Amino acid sequence: MTATTTEPRPAGKHASEQAAETSPNRPRRQRPAIGPKLVNSLGAAVVIALLGALWEGYKALGQAWDDKIPGLGWKFPVATDDMSMPHLSAIFHALTEPASRADSTTLFSYLITETSVTLREAAYGLVAGSLLGLVLATVFLYSGPLRKGLMPWLVASQTVPLVAIAPMIVIWGGKSGAPPWVAVTGIAAYLAFFPVTINTLRGLRSPSRVHLEFARSIATNRRQQLFLLRIPSALPFVFAGLRLAATASVVGAIVGELSAGTGRGIGRAILTFAYYYSNGPEKLYAAVLVAAVAGIVFVELLGLLERLALRHRHTA
Amino acid sequence: MSVSRSQRRRGLVRFSVALIGLAFLASACGGMSEETSGKAAEAGKDCTSKTKVKVVLQWVAQAQFAGYYAAKDQGFYDKECLDVTIQEGGVNIVPQQLLQAGNVDFAVSHVTKTMVTREQGANLVNIGQVFQRGAYLQVAWADSGIKTLADLKGTKVGSWGYGNELVLFAAMKAAGVDPKKDVKVIQQPFDMSLLLKHEVDSAQAKTYNEYAQLLETKNPKTGKLYQPSDFTAINLDDSGYASYEDGIYARGDWLDDPKNAETAVKFLKASYEGWGYCRDNLDGCVDVVLKAGSALGAGHQTWMLNEVNKLIWPSPQGIGVVDPKRWKQTIDIAKLGGVLKKDPDSGAYRTDLTEKALAELKADGFDTTGDSFQGEQVEVTPGGE
Repeated sequence: MTATTTEPRPAGKHASEQAAETSPNRPRRQRPAIGPKLVNSLGAAVVIALLGALWEGYKALGQAWDDKIPGLGWKFPVATDDMSMPHLSAIFHALTEPASRADSTTLFSYLITETSVTLREAAYGLVAGSLLGLVLATVFLYSGPLRKGLMPWLVASQTVPLVAIAPMIVIWGGKSGAPPWVAVTGIAAYLAFFPVTINTLRGLRSPSRVHLEFARSIATNRRQQLFLLRIPSALPFVFAGLRLAATASVVGAIVGELSAGTGRGIGRAILTFAYYYSNGPEKLYAAVLVAAVAGIVFVELLGLLERLALRHRHTA
Repeated sequence: MSVSRSQRRRGLVRFSVALIGLAFLASACGGMSEETSGKAAEAGKDCTSKTKVKVVLQWVAQAQFAGYYAAKDQGFYDKECLDVTIQEGGVNIVPQQLLQAGNVDFAVSHVTKTMVTREQGANLVNIGQVFQRGAYLQVAWADSGIKTLADLKGTKVGSWGYGNELVLFAAMKAAGVDPKKDVKVIQQPFDMSLLLKHEVDSAQAKTYNEYAQLLETKNPKTGKLYQPSDFTAINLDDSGYASYEDGIYARGDWLDDPKNAETAVKFLKASYEGWGYCRDNLDGCVDVVLKAGSALGAGHQTWMLNEVNKLIWPSPQGIGVVDPKRWKQTIDIAKLGGVLKKDPDSGAYRTDLTEKALAELKADGFDTTGDSFQGEQVEVTPGGE
């Protein structure tokens, strides 16, 4: 590819956008300089370091004052001994130790392997749940009675505690002869469909009256309006929903694993380490840390997808 | 500026596609299905067809269930032409639920819990009582002055609840301590942190698990592991209060089909052989468990298996045979605690399937009683590593 200074216009841009881009009042969007980027990453590093310092500082204070505020005698809300709050260094050290005598894989790579199982369950659940959400939103757009009738039930479905639902889904899944991970995926989908439905519906209704009237005036039918106007303008909303759904599906997969006898996944690892907590508290913290980081990566992957889909928009 | 925006965008697009593709590629490799060991494939080669059965455990893979994992790994199930799937238990899900729902063919469960389910109308039958002795301990600090159950009066007693308190309360009542008035019962999580932090005066523990966790913990004062002399452990079984724990269950109506009864005999036979393997090969069996479980500590699992072996062996009447006296005591304790209203009917347990399995095992030269069994001295490792 040769470097060009002139920019080819992406097809299908609104005239107004083009006008805005070339208008002298608005500064032309340029590649951000290295400076702000560096500041951002430095800032993130500082925040993480501060959080770490807060953990260690609280622990050190508690150790020095015997978990009581001097003079007042108030107890610290969380005890600071190594059992309750292992040192950060202990947590990171645990990650480099072998996970078990059976083989030499480190705890870190063991946790990553287990997390990949969980993220796969979450990804399948996210896809299934999102598809359901998109279909529901489209149906609701055109059918008021269905929307009014079903929406309260959808809301109710999300307020029922997951710990009550999960065993039921596991039993149903097992009855149908499906392997346990299918139930886990089902639970992930169960949590994922809701934000997609709500956000997509909002997005589909987001075109302004002017746009809709214009579409009608040029004799477009409903389907054309849906595909040419409503869906494109719904995309940012859909992605906002998908982001929520992605976090929810990871939570669903982990909670699902606690109930389902899959034997694999980060949820099971967390369960085991919680069970043997007094044997190695830092292992539980390490597992939770890896699960959290994996969740972030999962959601960020979706963010990339969003930038990809909305790359021709300024709002992206 | 030399690099255009579109180019930058194309770079981003490519990068994203590559990253997402990579993520899916990484997720495409195994982890969701289980593998068969070489031994198992070899043992099952003479079978024309295999019967698929599922067994659900009470909890995650650990040495408490070593016999079943050993039977699978060593090909004992395959030898009987069974294709066994071992499903681990989980939070909020109990084996008897899955058995009753028909998700699994066999369940490993306690007598009391299963009989409560039976009283509610589920036709669940004990077909093999693997653990002959009870594993409950009540552990206190040695310097707390608690030496016997009677000393618990006026103290904070940790208990797991969910039926685990029954044996303890029955034993306490017999020792003259009213669990409702004389003590403060504190709900205990499944580790020993409450006792270690002195938030309770005594805590429940099982010989094969939580007690070892205590000994695997470093004493922050000395920097060395806690010693048995630091604790008083009151063994409820030794005090004469035993409740039958892990046994094998199936549905009564399922067993009515002679074909299924035959499958059950095969399953029992192979499972008992697995337990025999674990009795005679402590280290080999621990390795099987470590392979099956997630990041388990070898030291802790060795301790667990050794203690579990002591609960099973010796079995004077043969492994899995219910002793009516012990059965009655288990039921009486449950009735005393108010969880069972009346005695279960006579169909609640049957010994014929186990006896048939044992007869076949004896014919093969297998030691079904383990009369000469003596536990080993297992070295405690820090953190159970």
